[in-house]
Amino acid sequence: MSFVDTFNALPINELRRYSQNATCVDVERALAPRGLEGFAALISPSADLEQLAAVAQATTLRHFGRVIRLYAPLYLSNECINICRYCGFSRDNPILRVTLTTDQVATEARYLRNEGFRHILLVAGEHPHFVSNSFLSDCVAKLRPEWPSISLEVGPLEAEEYRPIVMAGAEGLIIYQETYNRGVYATMHESGPKTNFDWRLETAERAYLAGFRRLGIGALLGLSDWRTEAIAVAAHIQYLLKHCWQAQLTVSVPRIRPAAGEFQPLTQVSDREIVQYVCAMRIAFPEIGIALSTRETSKLRDGLIPLGVTMISAGSHTEPGGYTGQGRADLHLTKGGRRVESEGDHATVQFEIADNRSPAQVAAKLDAMGYEPVWKDWDMVLNG
Amino acid sequence: MGTGKFASGELMAAALAASGAELVTVALRRADLTGGKDKFANILTFLDPQRYLLLPNTSGARTAEEACRLARLGREATGSTWLKLEIHPDPRYLLPDPIETMKAAEILVKDGFTVLPYINADPVLAKRLADGGCATVMPLGSPIGSARGIETRASIAIIIEQATVPVVIDAGLGAPSHAAAAMEMGADAVLVNTAIAVANDPVRMAEAFKTTIVAGRTAYEIGLAPQRREADATSPLTGFLKQ
Repeated sequence: MSFVDTFNALPINELRRYSQNATCVDVERALAPRGLEGFAALISPSADLEQLAAVAQATTLRHFGRVIRLYAPLYLSNECINICRYCGFSRDNPILRVTLTTDQVATEARYLRNEGFRHILLVAGEHPHFVSNSFLSDCVAKLRPEWPSISLEVGPLEAEEYRPIVMAGAEGLIIYQETYNRGVYATMHESGPKTNFDWRLETAERAYLAGFRRLGIGALLGLSDWRTEAIAVAAHIQYLLKHCWQAQLTVSVPRIRPAAGEFQPLTQVSDREIVQYVCAMRIAFPEIGIALSTRETSKLRDGLIPLGVTMISAGSHTEPGGYTGQGRADLHLTKGGRRVESEGDHATVQFEIADNRSPAQVAAKLDAMGYEPVWKDWDMVLNG
Repeated sequence: MGTGKFASGELMAAALAASGAELVTVALRRADLTGGKDKFANILTFLDPQRYLLLPNTSGARTAEEACRLARLGREATGSTWLKLEIHPDPRYLLPDPIETMKAAEILVKDGFTVLPYINADPVLAKRLADGGCATVMPLGSPIGSARGIETRASIAIIIEQATVPVVIDAGLGAPSHAAAAMEMGADAVLVNTAIAVANDPVRMAEAFKTTIVAGRTAYEIGLAPQRREADATSPLTGFLKQ
C-alpha cells in the first residue's frame, strides 16, 4: 500500500471537471478547507482571485507570521543517466558536465555560508556512477559541521540507501513527480530509471521511512493541464499528511524555464494561475511550507510572499561550480557514459533563473516588505 | 511571551517591552548554538538577559532524546538553565507528545534544569510532571497559533484546582479577552506569541494583553461574582419585610 494505490483510485478527471464547472458559491464554501473537492473549487476558473488572496494572506500570517526562510541550492553534478525532454541535464544534451569533489563542494558551500545561508539544498542529476550514494553521504558529512540544515534533490533511492545519507546529517528530501499525468510522463521520460512513474511517486514515502524530517513535492508546470496537476499534488499532500504524519511537508510550484535542448512548454501557465495555485494550496493546507525558487521573476516572487510562500532561494546558480568556479578544470562532455574531453568556462546550467538579485538584495526587500528574513531555523542537533 | 513570527528583531523587542513580560521564550533552533555569535542567527541579541528571564525552548524536537540534546546545547549557548520543554512530533497541529515529554522532563530535572513543560490540558499528566519536579505546567488552551482561545476549559480548571506548581496557559490565546479569561480562572500566567506578533501593531497589542492580564488577575484575587441562571433582582421581592 502506497500513494500509488490512492493515486490510481483518484477520480482525477471528475475533480478536474468539478473544478472547471465550480460556481462562485462552491468556491466560497471551499474557503473553509474541506478535502479535494474543496481544493478543486479553489482552483476553479470562476474563483474570485482577490478573495482567495485575502484568505490565503490571513492564513499564512496566522500560521507562519512575518518571517520567510531563505535557502540556497548547490549543484553537485550535472551528469545524468536519464533522457528527460524538458531538462537541461538530459543525457542526450551535448553540454559541459562536471561532478564536484567533496572539497570543491565545501568551497562552494563556504561561499553560500558567507552570503548568510544556513539552509542548503544539494542538487544533482541522477547517475549511479558519478553521483553515487556514498558520494552523497560524503558531501553531507563534509558540510555538516557548518550547516544547521541540509536537504537533497537527487534521483530517487531505496529507503535503505537513503538511511546513511540521513545518518550523515541530511534533514530534507525534495522530489518532484514532474507530471502526474501518466501518458505525458511516459512521453517526457524517454530513457533511464526515471521512466518508472510509480517508483518515483513512492519516493517521498521511502524517504520518510529512512528518517527524512522534511519532504518536498511538486509538479513541474508546463507539461500538462495545471489544474489536473494541482489536484494530484493536493491528493499527494493529503496522503502524506496522514501516512507520513511526522514529516514537515513543503510544496513547490516550479514552471518550466528555458534550458539546453530548447524544450518548449506543452501548456502555458500564467502568472495569475500560479498565484491562484499558491493561494489554493495555502487555504487547503494551512500548515504546509511553500517554496519558491529563482525560476520566477522578482515581481512575481515579491507579490507571492504575503500570499503563502514560506521559503525562497536567492542568488542561485543551477550549474555545479556556479558560485566560485569550482570544477572548471574538469569540464567535459559525456557520451555513452564516458567522458569526452572538451573545453569551456563553466558547466551548463539546468535552467535559466529569472530573479538575479543577490541574497542581500532579497533580504533587504523582505525587510522593506515587513518580513524578517530567517537564515537559520533548524539545528543539526535535532537530527536523530 | 514568545518570540516567533515577528517582522523584525527590533519590533519583537519593542513588543516585549510593552507587554510587561517577565519570561521570554525563544526557539533554540533559530539561535547559534555553537557559541560563534552568528550574525545570521542572532535572535538572542534582541533579548536583554538583565531584563527578562530567558526561557529557551525545544521546538522542533520530536522525541525526548532530541529535546534533551537540544536543551543541553542550549544551556551552554545561552547560559540559562530554564527550559520550556516542548515536544511535538506532528508538525501540522503541533500538539505535544505526553509520553516523550514525561520522559524528557524526568531526565532534564535530574540534570539540573528548571523545566516548564508544554502539555495538552491533561490533569493527570500535569500532576505527574509536578511530582517529577517540573517548575510549572503549561497546558494549551487550543493549538499553537490557532487563536481559538481556551477550548480546554474544563480540564484546565481541574489542573488549576489541583496544582502544586504555577500553571501557565500556553498556546491558542488569540485575543486579550482569552488571556483575561485564563487569569480569571486562576492561572498564574499566560504565554502569548502569535496574537501579538502578527497584529498590525504588535506594540499596542502587547499593551492590550498586558491590561487584560492584570485585570483578569485582579478579578481572580477579588473573587468573581457567582454565575446564576436567572436574573437576581437588585430590588428584592421580599424587601418589604425589612421595612
